[in-house]
Amino acid sequence: MNIVVISSSKVGTKTQTATKKVVELIQAHYPGESLTLIDLKELDIVFSDGRNYLDYSGDTAYVTKTVMDADVLFIGAPTFQGSIPATLKNIFDLLPQNALYHKTVAMIMMAGSPKHFMVAETQLKPILSYMKANIVPNYVFIEDKDFHLQKIVNDDVLLRLETLVENTLVLARTYAEIWRQQEDSYDF
Amino acid sequence: MAKENKNCLPAFDASKGIEFGIYTLGDHLINPHTGKRISAGQRLREIVEMARLADDAGLDVFVMGESHQDYFVSQAHSVVLSAIAQATKNIRISSGATIISTSDPVRVYEDFATIDLLSNGRAEIVAGRASRVGLFELLGYDLRDYEALFEEKFDLLLQINQNEHLTWQGEFRAPLNNAHIIPRPLKGQLPIWRAVGGGPGSAVMAGRAGVPMYMAHLGGPTGAFTGTIAAYREAARESGYDAAALPVTTAGFFYAAEDTLTALREYYPHINEGMKFTNGQGFPKQAFAQAQDVRSIINVGSPQQIIEKILYQHEQFGMQRYVAQLDFGGVPFDKIRQNIEMIGTEILPAVKKHTAKKEN
Repeated sequence: MNIVVISSSKVGTKTQTATKKVVELIQAHYPGESLTLIDLKELDIVFSDGRNYLDYSGDTAYVTKTVMDADVLFIGAPTFQGSIPATLKNIFDLLPQNALYHKTVAMIMMAGSPKHFMVAETQLKPILSYMKANIVPNYVFIEDKDFHLQKIVNDDVLLRLETLVENTLVLARTYAEIWRQQEDSYDF
Repeated sequence: MAKENKNCLPAFDASKGIEFGIYTLGDHLINPHTGKRISAGQRLREIVEMARLADDAGLDVFVMGESHQDYFVSQAHSVVLSAIAQATKNIRISSGATIISTSDPVRVYEDFATIDLLSNGRAEIVAGRASRVGLFELLGYDLRDYEALFEEKFDLLLQINQNEHLTWQGEFRAPLNNAHIIPRPLKGQLPIWRAVGGGPGSAVMAGRAGVPMYMAHLGGPTGAFTGTIAAYREAARESGYDAAALPVTTAGFFYAAEDTLTALREYYPHINEGMKFTNGQGFPKQAFAQAQDVRSIINVGSPQQIIEKILYQHEQFGMQRYVAQLDFGGVPFDKIRQNIEMIGTEILPAVKKHTAKKEN
């Protein structure tokens, strides 16, 4: 499995903190898997201009190719203006429309208020569905008060992140086996 | 009453059925069955030989596209088409597509008019916009002008075709002041087609300009593309042209073998692995498996099955010409030869017979 974790905020540290925790959990529980953390805060990404994802250069090409090569994606995102950040939407715009076909995708959403709980459901999931992702149904929603000095201090959140990582890997491996059997059945 | 169409429309004899051709993008890829890749020189010579075999088998047209990406040998496609002009006798020779946006229309016209004279009047141009855009940087163009470059230069190409002496001014090329553009093709003009991808936007532009449309597709149900052809004909009608007089070519994946499963088994790795290199995404096996259904636009299967599919596509599209892409992804030359033989002996005669318009 090729696992890619995306931290999609250019601002602050909460999304970074949560995605780094996801990376730690994967390393602890699934040490043999290939794992990459993409932190958009550290990268210089251009806006999509509609070209094929292979035709970009620099950091943009690094991100598009890394995401396209992934089998599993964990997307960590803050909530800006009641929606996902433009930095994340731009990553989707850089990719082909069916870019997430045969990829298992999990979501971790950060927000300053519980009023934003449905943002993943109403804003992020439709984009992932459109791009043909196999979405892990439940996501982890983390509020500002769950963080303190770049640490997650709410045990409930930590356990939910463990559950998310486990469920995502179980689903990804199961899908991989299903697709293998399906492709074998074609006999060509 | 329809207005006069000053574009050169290729002549099709409906009583003989649709025209049948093959096209190559000049891809230069590993044969996934062997893991080996032939040299660029061998690939180029095999493309010329493929055209010669197609000519011998009685096919109507050989089409070659231009690409400047890695894994292609078709950067100088007009040079290859010129070699094909020398190697063949009767088959028409077309580009498919010439990326007019990043070329000088005057030079393109000079090249293809020359090929036309060398081949005794067999040349055509299909002009397109490029699906991959590396050539913009390579050749010194700004990708932000992607659409404007194409529309201006395509229009200039059409004007050159209609006018041996031309005065012209535009944004992306030095003006022409009563310029004498020679040589002129054998019949005075060349058929010039507009290459169109899946969507209706570009098809509408082709219809409005009253130019023939060359529509390439990868996969999906045949019915998904009828809207594009309808939009093309409707746009032509709205612009005052006789839409029925405007020809359409359809182009797509093709592979024949003695039975369907053998065809799928042999060709799928070429498509899947080849597209990973050229587009960055493989071809879903599930979608390829649907090629077994007559309604799928992928013409892969036994000769009989392919005949049924092309006839179904003709019912849906009413196209004047079909061109088959049978060499993509490192298909070895013996299989290319086998495919051309099957087209010549079985598929082409049946398709022509059943699409020939009966005299009343």
